[in-house]
Formats: sequence, C-alpha cells, structure tokens
Amino acid sequence: MAKQTPLYAEHVAAGAKIVDFAGWDMPIHYGSQLDEHKLVRADAGMFDVSHMLPVDIDGAGARDFLRHLVANDVAKLKTPGKALYSCMLKADGGILDDLIIYRFADDDYRIVVNAGTADKDVAWMREVARSLPGGGNVNITPRRDLAIIAVQGPKAQEKVWAALPEAEAAARPLRAFNAARVGDLMVCFTGYTGEVGYELICPAGRVVELWHALLAAGVKPAGLGARDTLRLEAGMALYGQDMNESINPYEAGLAWTVDLSDAARDFIGRAAITAQPAARTLIGLVLEDRGVLRAHMPVFTSHGAGETTSGSFAPSMNASIAFARVPAGVAAGDSVEVEIRDKRLKARVVAAPFVRNGQVLV
Amino acid sequence: MSIPSNLRYTDSHEWVRKEPDNTLSIGITDHAQEALGDIVFLDLPEAGRTVKAGEIVAVIESVKAASDIYAPIAGEIVASNAAAVDAPDSVNNSPYDTWLFKIQPTRLDDIDALLDAAAYAKVADAD
Repeated sequence: MAKQTPLYAEHVAAGAKIVDFAGWDMPIHYGSQLDEHKLVRADAGMFDVSHMLPVDIDGAGARDFLRHLVANDVAKLKTPGKALYSCMLKADGGILDDLIIYRFADDDYRIVVNAGTADKDVAWMREVARSLPGGGNVNITPRRDLAIIAVQGPKAQEKVWAALPEAEAAARPLRAFNAARVGDLMVCFTGYTGEVGYELICPAGRVVELWHALLAAGVKPAGLGARDTLRLEAGMALYGQDMNESINPYEAGLAWTVDLSDAARDFIGRAAITAQPAARTLIGLVLEDRGVLRAHMPVFTSHGAGETTSGSFAPSMNASIAFARVPAGVAAGDSVEVEIRDKRLKARVVAAPFVRNGQVLV
Repeated sequence: MSIPSNLRYTDSHEWVRKEPDNTLSIGITDHAQEALGDIVFLDLPEAGRTVKAGEIVAVIESVKAASDIYAPIAGEIVASNAAAVDAPDSVNNSPYDTWLFKIQPTRLDDIDALLDAAAYAKVADAD
C-alpha cells in the first residue's frame, strides 16, 4: 500500500492525476504539466514535497559528525539558518543521497533527504554515528511528523508573505540558501526549479491549513511532472537518475559540492574520490534535430560513448534537453550524436543550467 | 471522454475516418490524448510508404513519454499532417479534428473489421 502525504485529499480534490513515486501516491499533474511548468516560470506554483524527509541532527557532536558524514563542509556555515547542498558518500565514493543541510547552531542542524532513500539514509547516519567514539554525541531524529510545501516562481515570495503574514518579517530579509524559524514553521529560501521561492516546513497537522492559505493567496498547485522539467531546465541533478551509489560526485557534475579545502577533514568517501581523476563527466545537451531526448539513450562523442541520464522536452525553450554521462574530456561547445529509435540525431553540449529565473541561458 | 459514433477505432486508441475520396484519415482518440498528457512532438510517416496493419508508423511524444502509433489498416501512406507537426498541442485540444496521416487502403472493406464507437468505449473504459 503506497504512502500518502497529509495533502493527499487536497490533491484529489484539485483534480490531480496520482502516480506512484518512490512508494508514495503523489500528484504528477493537475490537468496540464506544461501549464504548471509555465506558471512556475512566470508566476508561482506550489508542490507538495512532504514525501521528502527532514532529519534533525543535534547534540554536542553534531558539527563534527556532519563534517565526517558528507562531502561538503558544514564548517563554512557561519550564520544561523544558512543552508548547504551536499552529497552523502559511501566509502567507495558512490553517492548514497544528495541533500540539503540547514545549520541553526553548531549543535542544531536539519537535513532534508530524498523520499526514495530516506530509510536507507537514516540507517546509514545511525551506523556512522555508532562507529564514532561516544556514538558521535549526536541525536538523529527523522521527522515524519513534518510536511513540506515548495512555493516557487517569481511571484512566490510575495504570495507566501500574503498567505503567512506572521512569517513575513522573518522571511523578507532572507537571502538565497538561508532559512528562518517562525514558531513551528521553517521558511527556507531554497528550491528545485531555478526560480526564487520558499520551501515551507511545518507540522503535518498544520499543512492543510497552509495549503488553503496559499491557494487563497493565488498560488496554484503544480505536480511532480512539472517539478521534473523545471529542475532539468535548471540544471539540477536528480538522485536515482543522474546519480546513484555507483557514481561519485565528480561523475555527476557535482565537483562544486565536494570541499577538499581542509586537508585534515576525513569525510567518508574522500580517499576514494581523490585517488584518481574521474573517467566520466555529466554534461548538458540541447537537441538540434527534431525529437525528444529521454533517459538511457546512447550518446556518441569524439571521446567515446555515453548515455543520457535525464531527458525531456524543455517547455521554456521549446526544445529538447538532457543530461548525459560521457567520457571525461567532452566539453561545452562540442557536437555529439544521440541515438533515438535507431536514428542518430545531432545535439550540442552546453554548460547547465539551461534556464534560470525565467531566462534561457544556452 | 468523447467517442464520436461516425468513426471507427482500434484497441490501440487510433481513430479512423473514411473520407469522400475513399482514403482513411487516422488520429488518436480523446481518451489517448488525455492519457498521454501534453503532446510536444510528432514524428509522422512520409507519403509513399507502404504499411501493414499493426505496423508502427508514427511516434507521439508527450512531456511524459513516447508512444507508438500503429497503422490500423494495410495500404499506402498518402499524406501526413504538417500543420499538426507544427502545433502538436492540437492533438490535445481537438483530437478528432487533428488527423495525423492518411492511408490509401489496400482493401477498403478492412475498415469493417475495426471497432465501432460502442466497442471502443469498452476498450477505453477497461484501460
């Protein structure tokens, strides 16, 4: 039996088409994925992402624990509410999950992890803590009692302020990749669309009321279908598709999330991923011939063959785009061929993101 | 869900209309376009191609996925709809006015073996 978020009945009432996503009954769209995509680029839309799991990490050892647990370095988080995107690696460098860590204090962090990996992630975190002296002096608390709504788009912020007047004073001064707590609500200036907006984390019992306040403020729901095309245009990798346990961050276009600046920091996977240069890289593609790129299409380059990992029609570009994993050395500006139904079509290698803040960049 | 009574259908969700010149226009049903979601790309056959019944002749891509379109009847492709290629969303907006390709059937009587509206309604309901 698939799991449902506290907003399930709201999705059904809004006419959602429900699909299984990582064991959850989730809305794929509410009528038109294209319209929802365009609404987020031009105005604002909201996504129920309550299937994702907040995990609170607190205790005297929290900072040192996280510096060991993930490839990016929480030591660079100085101000309360500051967020960090990172991969969590296995000892061999494979990516267990990608996640966002919010720091409120050196003994008080919140991590948000993917739905499909949540149970595995929590088990891993506990195993890592147990391996440390004193159990790492951390408490690891999964928060299934919370729900998350992502409100995204150029008008998202003003509409959230209208829906949540009590949060406006704390939310308005927030800069990108920062969060604030307002009572039992957490307002995060983060997202997965390439637009500005907030991810709102609140008690599950309050989320239906929040959903209705946002509807009343003129925010329309958008489904996971639009979320996928928006994140692909925004050049954001998806766990399970563009990366997995057999891929390291350098092979997933995520070198910028690996912090090697403190040579003494021994994070899990460090030795493996720095032992030798990555043989593969993740690139962006724009299809120049007619067609639609999808995941797992063969890609032919002057450096050898690879494969698309995500692909779609890009509604903001009226073209088709993809991520592809190819041999290292392939670079923006190269021409490659993609095999679609036995035909080889031309594609151009570009530097992601494809789209940011409503503007096409490639 | 609209299923006009003057058309014939396949269990793979194509509709077939007999034109005054005895060619057959083929498109996809309202049920099919709704299941596919927003349609963004059409790959249609070229005129002159000979096709067998049940052969894959076209591909429709929605934002979600690619779907094959089958020739409902054996014959020769005599036209494909360039206007639909330029505006793929017309398949969503008016599925029965947006033909995809036309076939000159080898045997016009083959159309009698296709589903009528009542029979197709059962196929669509069971889908």
